[in-house]
Amino acid sequence: MKLILIFISASLINNFVLTYFLGICPFLGVSNKTENALNMGLATTFVMTLTAAVTWPIYTYILVKFNVPFLQYVAFIIVIAALVQFVEMYIRKSSPALYRALGIYLPLITTNCAVLGLALFMVLREYNYIESTIFGFATGVGFTLAILMMSGIREELEFADVPEVFQGVSITLIVAGMMALAFMGFAGLIRG
Amino acid sequence: MTSNIVIISMASMGGIGAVLSLFLAYADKKLKVEEDPRIEALLNILPNTNCGGCGRAGCRVFAEALIQGNASVSGCVAGGQAVADNIAKYLGVEAGNATRILAVVLCRGGDRETLKNAVYKGERTCVAANLTGGEKACIHSCIGYGDCVAACKYDAMTMNDNGLPVVFYDACIGCGACARACPRNIIEMHPAEHKLFNYCRNKDKGAVARKICTVSCIACTLCVKDCAVEGGIEMKDNLAVVNYDKCPQDDQPTKRCPTTCILFGEEEKMTKEAYYASLPKKAV
Repeated sequence: MKLILIFISASLINNFVLTYFLGICPFLGVSNKTENALNMGLATTFVMTLTAAVTWPIYTYILVKFNVPFLQYVAFIIVIAALVQFVEMYIRKSSPALYRALGIYLPLITTNCAVLGLALFMVLREYNYIESTIFGFATGVGFTLAILMMSGIREELEFADVPEVFQGVSITLIVAGMMALAFMGFAGLIRG
Repeated sequence: MTSNIVIISMASMGGIGAVLSLFLAYADKKLKVEEDPRIEALLNILPNTNCGGCGRAGCRVFAEALIQGNASVSGCVAGGQAVADNIAKYLGVEAGNATRILAVVLCRGGDRETLKNAVYKGERTCVAANLTGGEKACIHSCIGYGDCVAACKYDAMTMNDNGLPVVFYDACIGCGACARACPRNIIEMHPAEHKLFNYCRNKDKGAVARKICTVSCIACTLCVKDCAVEGGIEMKDNLAVVNYDKCPQDDQPTKRCPTTCILFGEEEKMTKEAYYASLPKKAV
Protein backbone atom coordinates (compact mmCIF):
# COMPACT_ATOMS: atom_id res chain seq x y z
CA MET A 1 0.00 0.00 0.00
CA LYS A 2 2.80 2.38 0.90
CA LEU A 3 4.41 1.75 -2.50
CA ILE A 4 1.21 2.74 -4.31
CA LEU A 5 0.96 5.83 -2.19
CA ILE A 6 4.55 6.77 -2.96
CA PHE A 7 3.89 6.24 -6.64
CA ILE A 8 0.75 8.38 -6.76
CA SER A 9 2.29 11.00 -4.52
CA ALA A 10 5.47 11.40 -6.57
CA SER A 11 3.87 11.25 -9.99
CA LEU A 12 0.72 13.32 -9.43
CA ILE A 13 0.26 15.07 -6.13
CA ASN A 14 3.82 16.20 -5.55
CA ASN A 15 4.74 16.25 -9.20
CA PHE A 16 8.35 17.45 -9.31
CA VAL A 17 7.86 19.82 -12.22
CA LEU A 18 4.51 21.31 -11.35
CA THR A 19 4.60 21.52 -7.56
CA TYR A 20 8.31 21.66 -6.67
CA PHE A 21 9.30 23.50 -9.89
CA LEU A 22 12.30 21.25 -10.43
CA GLY A 23 13.54 20.38 -13.91
CA ILE A 24 11.97 23.40 -15.60
CA CYS A 25 14.76 23.70 -18.17
CA PRO A 26 13.97 20.53 -20.18
CA PHE A 27 10.28 21.01 -19.38
CA LEU A 28 10.32 24.22 -21.41
CA GLY A 29 13.16 23.35 -23.76
CA VAL A 30 12.07 20.01 -25.21
CA SER A 31 8.32 20.35 -24.99
CA ASN A 32 7.69 21.78 -28.45
CA LYS A 33 7.06 18.39 -30.08
CA THR A 34 5.17 15.51 -28.52
CA GLU A 35 7.53 12.88 -29.90
CA ASN A 36 10.67 14.54 -28.55
CA ALA A 37 8.92 15.26 -25.26
CA LEU A 38 8.02 11.61 -24.83
CA ASN A 39 11.55 10.49 -25.61
CA MET A 40 13.02 13.07 -23.26
CA GLY A 41 10.59 11.92 -20.59
CA LEU A 42 11.56 8.30 -21.10
CA ALA A 43 15.29 9.08 -21.00
CA THR A 44 14.82 11.11 -17.81
CA THR A 45 12.66 8.39 -16.25
CA PHE A 46 15.37 5.86 -17.01
CA VAL A 47 18.06 8.04 -15.46
CA MET A 48 15.88 8.79 -12.43
CA THR A 49 15.07 5.14 -11.74
CA LEU A 50 18.70 4.15 -12.07
CA THR A 51 19.78 7.10 -9.93
CA ALA A 52 17.49 6.03 -7.12
CA ALA A 53 18.60 2.42 -7.45
CA VAL A 54 22.30 3.28 -7.44
CA THR A 55 22.46 6.17 -4.99
CA TRP A 56 20.50 4.40 -2.25
CA PRO A 57 23.11 1.66 -1.67
CA ILE A 58 25.92 4.19 -1.98
CA TYR A 59 24.30 6.40 0.62
CA THR A 60 23.34 3.62 3.02
CA TYR A 61 26.32 1.31 2.72
CA ILE A 62 29.13 3.78 2.15
CA LEU A 63 28.25 7.28 3.30
CA VAL A 64 26.21 6.40 6.39
CA LYS A 65 28.38 3.48 7.35
CA PHE A 66 31.58 5.54 7.30
CA ASN A 67 29.80 8.45 8.92
CA VAL A 68 30.32 10.91 6.04
CA PRO A 69 26.71 11.63 4.93
CA PHE A 70 27.67 15.24 4.16
CA LEU A 71 29.28 13.89 1.00
CA GLN A 72 25.86 13.00 -0.38
CA TYR A 73 25.75 15.96 -2.79
CA VAL A 74 29.11 15.12 -4.33
CA ALA A 75 28.39 11.41 -4.48
CA PHE A 76 24.94 11.88 -6.03
CA ILE A 77 26.23 14.28 -8.66
CA ILE A 78 28.99 11.87 -9.69
CA VAL A 79 26.52 9.02 -9.99
CA ILE A 80 24.03 11.09 -11.98
CA ALA A 81 26.74 12.37 -14.34
CA ALA A 82 27.99 8.83 -14.97
CA LEU A 83 24.48 7.51 -15.59
CA VAL A 84 23.65 10.30 -18.01
CA GLN A 85 26.89 9.62 -19.85
CA PHE A 86 25.89 5.99 -20.11
CA VAL A 87 22.37 6.81 -21.35
CA GLU A 88 23.88 9.19 -23.90
CA MET A 89 26.19 6.50 -25.26
CA TYR A 90 23.35 4.03 -25.39
CA ILE A 91 20.95 6.38 -27.22
CA ARG A 92 23.68 7.41 -29.65
CA LYS A 93 24.25 3.77 -30.48
CA SER A 94 20.63 2.69 -30.65
CA SER A 95 18.92 5.73 -32.20
CA PRO A 96 21.00 8.48 -33.86
CA ALA A 97 17.82 10.34 -34.83
CA LEU A 98 16.69 10.56 -31.21
CA TYR A 99 20.22 11.52 -30.22
CA ARG A 100 20.08 14.50 -32.57
CA ALA A 101 16.53 15.43 -31.59
CA LEU A 102 17.39 15.58 -27.90
CA GLY A 103 20.56 17.49 -28.70
CA ILE A 104 21.96 19.53 -25.85
CA TYR A 105 19.13 18.52 -23.51
CA LEU A 106 20.47 15.00 -23.15
CA PRO A 107 23.70 15.98 -21.36
CA LEU A 108 21.60 18.57 -19.55
CA ILE A 109 19.83 15.76 -17.66
CA THR A 110 23.05 15.79 -15.63
CA THR A 111 22.21 19.21 -14.31
CA ASN A 112 18.48 18.53 -14.19
CA CYS A 113 17.72 19.48 -10.62
CA ALA A 114 14.79 17.06 -10.57
CA VAL A 115 17.24 14.14 -10.65
CA LEU A 116 19.37 15.48 -7.81
CA GLY A 117 16.22 16.55 -5.97
CA LEU A 118 14.88 13.03 -6.21
CA ALA A 119 18.03 11.57 -4.65
CA LEU A 120 17.97 14.12 -1.83
CA PHE A 121 14.25 13.68 -1.11
CA MET A 122 14.73 9.95 -1.07
CA VAL A 123 17.32 10.31 1.71
CA LEU A 124 15.31 12.94 3.56
CA ARG A 125 12.17 10.79 3.68
CA GLU A 126 14.15 7.71 4.76
CA TYR A 127 12.73 5.38 2.14
CA ASN A 128 14.02 1.82 1.98
CA TYR A 129 15.52 0.38 -1.19
CA ILE A 130 12.31 -0.77 -2.90
CA GLU A 131 10.52 2.43 -1.94
CA SER A 132 13.39 4.52 -3.28
CA THR A 133 13.39 2.76 -6.62
CA ILE A 134 9.62 3.12 -6.93
CA PHE A 135 9.97 6.77 -5.90
CA GLY A 136 12.59 7.34 -8.59
CA PHE A 137 10.44 5.67 -11.23
CA ALA A 138 7.31 7.54 -10.14
CA THR A 139 9.14 10.87 -10.26
CA GLY A 140 10.20 10.05 -13.80
CA VAL A 141 6.63 9.15 -14.72
CA GLY A 142 5.46 12.45 -13.24
CA PHE A 143 8.07 14.33 -15.25
CA THR A 144 7.08 12.51 -18.44
CA LEU A 145 3.41 13.22 -17.76
CA ALA A 146 4.05 16.92 -17.23
CA ILE A 147 6.29 17.35 -20.29
CA LEU A 148 3.89 15.33 -22.48
CA MET A 149 0.89 17.43 -21.47
CA MET A 150 2.93 20.57 -22.00
CA SER A 151 3.99 19.48 -25.48
CA GLY A 152 0.40 18.66 -26.40
CA ILE A 153 -0.72 22.12 -25.36
CA ARG A 154 2.20 23.76 -27.13
CA GLU A 155 1.43 21.96 -30.38
CA GLU A 156 -2.09 23.35 -30.20
CA LEU A 157 -0.69 26.77 -29.31
CA GLU A 158 1.12 26.87 -32.65
CA PHE A 159 -2.23 27.35 -34.32
CA ALA A 160 -3.81 29.49 -31.63
CA ASP A 161 -4.34 33.20 -32.04
CA VAL A 162 -1.99 34.39 -29.32
CA PRO A 163 -1.78 38.16 -28.73
CA GLU A 164 1.51 39.49 -30.00
CA VAL A 165 2.69 40.51 -26.53
CA PHE A 166 2.38 36.95 -25.21
CA GLN A 167 3.89 35.10 -28.14
CA GLY A 168 6.73 32.66 -27.59
CA VAL A 169 8.17 32.19 -24.14
CA SER A 170 5.58 34.30 -22.32
CA ILE A 171 2.59 32.19 -23.30
CA THR A 172 4.59 29.02 -22.56
CA LEU A 173 5.30 30.22 -19.04
CA ILE A 174 1.68 31.25 -18.55
CA VAL A 175 0.53 27.80 -19.67
CA ALA A 176 3.06 26.19 -17.31
CA GLY A 177 1.70 28.30 -14.46
CA MET A 178 -1.87 27.29 -15.25
CA MET A 179 -0.87 23.64 -15.35
CA ALA A 180 0.79 23.99 -11.95
CA LEU A 181 -2.41 25.60 -10.69
CA ALA A 182 -4.45 22.70 -12.04
CA PHE A 183 -2.16 20.21 -10.34
CA MET A 184 -2.77 21.98 -7.04
CA GLY A 185 -6.17 20.30 -7.25
CA PHE A 186 -4.51 17.01 -6.35
CA ALA A 187 -3.12 18.46 -3.13
CA GLY A 188 -4.69 17.02 -0.03
CA LEU A 189 -5.69 13.81 -1.80
CA ILE A 190 -3.24 11.89 0.38
CA ARG A 191 -0.45 12.79 2.75
CA GLY A 192 3.15 12.47 1.63
CA MET B 1 39.78 12.34 14.08
CA THR B 2 39.50 15.10 11.49
CA SER B 3 42.26 13.51 9.44
CA ASN B 4 40.33 10.28 9.60
CA ILE B 5 37.25 11.88 8.03
CA VAL B 6 39.40 13.41 5.32
CA ILE B 7 40.90 10.03 4.48
CA ILE B 8 37.52 8.31 4.51
CA SER B 9 36.00 11.02 2.30
CA MET B 10 38.80 10.85 -0.21
CA ALA B 11 38.79 7.07 -0.27
CA SER B 12 35.01 6.74 -0.66
CA MET B 13 34.70 9.42 -3.34
CA GLY B 14 37.76 8.13 -5.14
CA GLY B 15 36.40 4.61 -4.95
CA ILE B 16 32.97 5.57 -6.32
CA GLY B 17 34.63 7.63 -9.04
CA ALA B 18 36.96 4.81 -10.00
CA VAL B 19 34.19 2.21 -10.20
CA LEU B 20 31.98 4.51 -12.27
CA SER B 21 34.78 5.47 -14.64
CA LEU B 22 35.70 1.80 -15.17
CA PHE B 23 32.04 1.10 -15.95
CA LEU B 24 31.90 4.01 -18.40
CA ALA B 25 35.14 3.00 -20.06
CA TYR B 26 33.74 -0.48 -20.61
CA ALA B 27 30.43 0.93 -21.90
CA ASP B 28 32.33 3.23 -24.26
CA LYS B 29 34.12 0.25 -25.79
CA LYS B 30 30.91 -1.75 -26.11
CA LEU B 31 28.73 1.05 -27.46
CA LYS B 32 31.22 2.64 -29.81
CA VAL B 33 29.57 4.32 -32.79
CA GLU B 34 31.36 4.06 -36.11
CA GLU B 35 31.17 7.48 -37.72
CA ASP B 36 31.94 8.44 -41.27
CA PRO B 37 35.52 9.79 -41.01
CA ARG B 38 34.73 12.23 -43.83
CA ILE B 39 32.39 14.17 -41.53
CA GLU B 40 35.26 14.89 -39.16
CA ALA B 41 37.49 15.91 -42.07
CA LEU B 42 34.85 18.26 -43.46
CA LEU B 43 34.30 19.76 -40.03
CA ASN B 44 37.98 20.65 -39.96
CA ILE B 45 37.53 22.56 -43.23
CA LEU B 46 34.31 24.33 -42.20
CA PRO B 47 34.45 27.43 -39.96
CA ASN B 48 32.64 25.57 -37.11
CA THR B 49 30.88 28.69 -35.98
CA ASN B 50 27.40 27.12 -36.37
CA CYS B 51 26.07 30.42 -37.66
CA GLY B 52 23.16 28.86 -39.54
CA GLY B 53 23.86 30.88 -42.68
CA CYS B 54 23.64 27.73 -44.82
CA GLY B 55 20.09 27.17 -43.59
CA ARG B 56 21.01 24.13 -41.52
CA ALA B 57 21.18 23.58 -37.79
CA GLY B 58 24.98 23.69 -37.66
CA CYS B 59 28.25 22.83 -39.33
CA ARG B 60 27.95 19.12 -38.51
CA VAL B 61 24.53 18.85 -40.15
CA PHE B 62 25.87 20.73 -43.18
CA ALA B 63 28.83 18.33 -43.39
CA GLU B 64 26.48 15.32 -43.28
CA ALA B 65 24.32 16.87 -46.01
CA LEU B 66 27.45 17.44 -48.12
CA ILE B 67 28.39 13.79 -47.93
CA GLN B 68 24.91 12.66 -48.80
CA GLY B 69 25.00 15.07 -51.74
CA ASN B 70 22.10 17.17 -50.45
CA ALA B 71 24.07 20.37 -50.03
CA SER B 72 25.87 22.60 -52.47
CA VAL B 73 29.66 22.65 -52.09
CA SER B 74 29.53 26.43 -52.02
CA GLY B 75 26.66 26.47 -49.51
CA CYS B 76 28.76 27.72 -46.61
CA VAL B 77 28.24 31.50 -46.68
CA ALA B 78 30.50 32.12 -43.71
CA GLY B 79 33.46 30.34 -45.31
CA GLY B 80 33.10 31.87 -48.75
CA GLN B 81 35.15 30.86 -51.76
CA ALA B 82 38.15 29.53 -49.81
CA VAL B 83 36.10 26.98 -47.89
CA ALA B 84 34.13 26.04 -51.01
CA ASP B 85 37.40 25.34 -52.84
CA ASN B 86 38.72 23.21 -49.97
CA ILE B 87 35.51 21.20 -49.70
CA ALA B 88 35.46 20.67 -53.46
CA LYS B 89 39.06 19.50 -53.35
CA TYR B 90 38.32 17.09 -50.54
CA LEU B 91 35.18 15.66 -52.13
CA GLY B 92 36.67 15.71 -55.62
CA VAL B 93 33.97 17.80 -57.29
CA GLU B 94 33.75 21.16 -59.04
CA ALA B 95 33.70 24.08 -56.64
CA GLY B 96 31.50 26.44 -58.60
CA ASN B 97 31.22 30.03 -57.57
CA ALA B 98 30.29 30.81 -54.04
CA THR B 99 28.06 33.86 -53.98
CA ARG B 100 28.95 36.24 -51.22
CA ILE B 101 25.86 37.33 -49.32
CA LEU B 102 25.69 40.47 -47.27
CA ALA B 103 23.27 42.16 -44.95
CA VAL B 104 21.83 45.47 -46.16
CA VAL B 105 20.04 47.86 -43.80
CA LEU B 106 17.23 49.37 -45.85
CA CYS B 107 16.60 52.49 -43.80
CA ARG B 108 18.56 55.72 -43.71
CA GLY B 109 16.22 57.55 -41.38
CA GLY B 110 18.40 58.10 -38.36
CA ASP B 111 17.91 60.49 -35.46
CA ARG B 112 18.78 63.49 -37.66
CA GLU B 113 16.50 62.66 -40.59
CA THR B 114 13.31 61.50 -38.97
CA LEU B 115 10.56 63.13 -36.98
CA LYS B 116 9.92 61.79 -33.52
CA ASN B 117 6.39 61.83 -32.18
CA ALA B 118 6.78 59.89 -28.95
CA VAL B 119 9.11 59.31 -26.04
CA TYR B 120 9.99 55.71 -25.31
CA LYS B 121 11.19 54.84 -21.84
CA GLY B 122 10.87 51.07 -21.82
CA GLU B 123 13.29 48.24 -22.40
CA ARG B 124 15.97 49.37 -24.83
CA THR B 125 15.47 46.66 -27.40
CA CYS B 126 13.82 46.96 -30.80
CA VAL B 127 11.52 43.99 -30.18
CA ALA B 128 10.10 45.63 -27.06
CA ALA B 129 9.90 49.11 -28.57
CA ASN B 130 8.20 47.75 -31.68
CA LEU B 131 5.20 46.71 -29.59
CA THR B 132 4.50 50.34 -28.77
CA GLY B 133 5.58 51.72 -32.14
CA GLY B 134 8.89 53.23 -31.08
CA GLU B 135 9.86 56.88 -30.97
CA LYS B 136 9.94 57.69 -34.65
CA ALA B 137 6.85 58.76 -36.51
CA CYS B 138 7.67 56.33 -39.33
CA ILE B 139 6.43 52.88 -38.34
CA HIS B 140 8.55 51.21 -41.03
CA SER B 141 11.83 52.74 -39.93
CA CYS B 142 14.80 51.47 -37.99
CA ILE B 143 13.98 51.66 -34.28
CA GLY B 144 17.63 52.16 -33.46
CA TYR B 145 18.16 50.15 -30.29
CA GLY B 146 20.51 47.69 -31.98
CA ASP B 147 18.90 44.26 -31.74
CA CYS B 148 20.71 43.47 -34.99
CA VAL B 149 24.08 44.52 -33.60
CA ALA B 150 23.47 42.35 -30.54
CA ALA B 151 22.60 39.42 -32.81
CA CYS B 152 25.79 39.76 -34.89
CA LYS B 153 28.36 37.23 -33.73
CA TYR B 154 31.06 38.43 -36.11
CA ASP B 155 31.56 41.98 -34.93
CA ALA B 156 30.41 43.12 -38.34
CA MET B 157 27.86 45.71 -37.21
CA THR B 158 27.71 48.73 -34.98
CA MET B 159 25.32 51.59 -34.25
CA ASN B 160 26.56 54.90 -35.64
CA ASP B 161 26.16 58.34 -34.06
CA ASN B 162 22.94 58.82 -36.02
CA GLY B 163 21.26 55.83 -34.34
CA LEU B 164 21.42 53.57 -37.35
CA PRO B 165 23.13 50.19 -37.70
CA VAL B 166 26.17 50.03 -39.98
CA VAL B 167 27.18 46.78 -41.66
CA PHE B 168 30.92 46.42 -42.25
CA TYR B 169 31.28 45.28 -45.82
CA ASP B 170 34.50 43.39 -45.18
CA ALA B 171 33.39 41.71 -41.94
CA CYS B 172 29.85 40.56 -42.81
CA ILE B 173 29.74 36.84 -43.58
CA GLY B 174 26.07 36.78 -44.54
CA CYS B 175 24.68 34.50 -41.82
CA GLY B 176 21.46 36.52 -41.66
CA ALA B 177 21.24 36.66 -37.87
CA CYS B 178 20.66 40.43 -37.95
CA ALA B 179 17.89 40.11 -40.53
CA ARG B 180 16.10 37.61 -38.29
CA ALA B 181 16.57 39.82 -35.24
CA CYS B 182 15.03 42.92 -36.81
CA PRO B 183 11.36 43.18 -35.81
CA ARG B 184 10.61 45.49 -38.75
CA ASN B 185 12.38 43.40 -41.37
CA ILE B 186 14.36 46.30 -42.75
CA ILE B 187 17.55 44.24 -42.99
CA GLU B 188 17.71 42.09 -46.10
CA MET B 189 20.29 39.58 -47.28
CA HIS B 190 21.61 40.30 -50.77
CA PRO B 191 24.35 38.84 -52.98
CA ALA B 192 27.34 41.15 -53.27
CA GLU B 193 26.49 41.80 -56.95
CA HIS B 194 23.42 43.75 -55.87
CA LYS B 195 24.59 47.32 -55.52
CA LEU B 196 21.53 49.44 -56.16
CA PHE B 197 19.16 49.73 -53.22
CA ASN B 198 16.14 51.77 -52.28
CA TYR B 199 16.97 52.54 -48.67
CA CYS B 200 13.40 53.03 -47.54
CA ARG B 201 10.60 50.74 -46.44
CA ASN B 202 7.92 53.35 -45.84
CA LYS B 203 4.73 52.35 -47.64
CA ASP B 204 2.93 55.64 -46.95
CA LYS B 205 2.03 58.05 -49.75
CA GLY B 206 4.74 60.49 -50.78
CA ALA B 207 3.43 63.54 -48.93
CA VAL B 208 3.04 61.63 -45.66
CA ALA B 209 6.39 59.92 -45.95
CA ARG B 210 8.21 63.15 -46.69
CA LYS B 211 6.73 64.91 -43.69
CA ILE B 212 8.12 62.39 -41.21
CA CYS B 213 11.47 61.61 -42.81
CA THR B 214 13.73 63.60 -45.12
CA VAL B 215 15.25 60.53 -46.79
CA SER B 216 12.06 58.57 -47.42
CA CYS B 217 10.92 57.19 -50.74
CA ILE B 218 8.12 59.47 -51.92
CA ALA B 219 7.22 57.35 -54.96
CA CYS B 220 8.03 60.08 -57.45
CA THR B 221 8.96 57.39 -60.05
CA LEU B 222 12.00 59.31 -61.32
CA CYS B 223 14.22 56.28 -60.77
CA VAL B 224 11.73 54.07 -62.61
CA LYS B 225 12.02 56.36 -65.63
CA ASP B 226 15.80 56.64 -65.37
CA CYS B 227 16.48 52.90 -65.24
CA ALA B 228 18.10 51.81 -68.50
CA VAL B 229 15.85 48.77 -68.82
CA GLU B 230 12.09 48.90 -68.92
CA GLY B 231 10.70 47.32 -65.74
CA GLY B 232 14.10 47.31 -64.04
CA ILE B 233 12.61 49.32 -61.19
CA GLU B 234 8.95 49.10 -60.32
CA MET B 235 6.61 50.93 -57.95
CA LYS B 236 4.98 48.74 -55.35
CA ASP B 237 3.14 50.08 -52.29
CA ASN B 238 4.55 53.58 -52.87
CA LEU B 239 8.08 52.17 -52.91
CA ALA B 240 10.59 51.81 -55.70
CA VAL B 241 11.51 48.13 -55.90
CA VAL B 242 14.66 47.18 -57.79
CA ASN B 243 14.16 44.14 -60.00
CA TYR B 244 17.63 42.59 -59.74
CA ASP B 245 17.08 40.16 -62.62
CA LYS B 246 16.59 43.03 -65.07
CA CYS B 247 17.99 46.27 -63.73
CA PRO B 248 21.62 46.95 -64.68
CA GLN B 249 23.62 47.73 -61.54
CA ASP B 250 24.73 51.32 -62.18
CA ASP B 251 24.11 54.71 -60.63
CA GLN B 252 21.86 55.95 -63.47
CA PRO B 253 18.55 55.74 -61.51
CA THR B 254 20.00 57.45 -58.43
CA LYS B 255 20.92 60.75 -60.05
CA ARG B 256 17.57 62.54 -59.97
CA CYS B 257 16.26 61.08 -56.67
CA PRO B 258 15.01 64.12 -54.71
CA THR B 259 15.36 62.47 -51.29
CA THR B 260 18.53 60.43 -52.00
CA CYS B 261 16.86 57.29 -50.77
CA ILE B 262 17.96 55.24 -53.78
CA LEU B 263 21.71 54.86 -53.81
CA PHE B 264 24.35 52.88 -55.66
CA GLY B 265 27.43 51.16 -54.25
CA GLU B 266 27.00 52.46 -50.72
CA GLU B 267 27.56 49.12 -49.03
CA GLU B 268 31.09 48.46 -50.26
CA LYS B 269 32.28 51.88 -49.07
CA MET B 270 31.61 50.96 -45.46
CA THR B 271 34.48 48.74 -44.46
CA LYS B 272 35.43 48.48 -40.83
CA GLU B 273 38.53 50.58 -41.39
CA ALA B 274 36.64 53.26 -43.30
CA TYR B 275 33.98 53.48 -40.61
CA TYR B 276 36.37 53.93 -37.73
CA ALA B 277 38.48 56.38 -39.75
CA SER B 278 35.35 58.48 -40.32
CA LEU B 279 34.69 58.88 -36.61
CA PRO B 280 35.72 62.21 -35.09
CA LYS B 281 39.01 62.04 -33.23
CA LYS B 282 38.43 62.78 -29.59
CA ALA B 283 41.03 64.55 -27.49
CA VAL B 284 42.34 62.38 -24.72
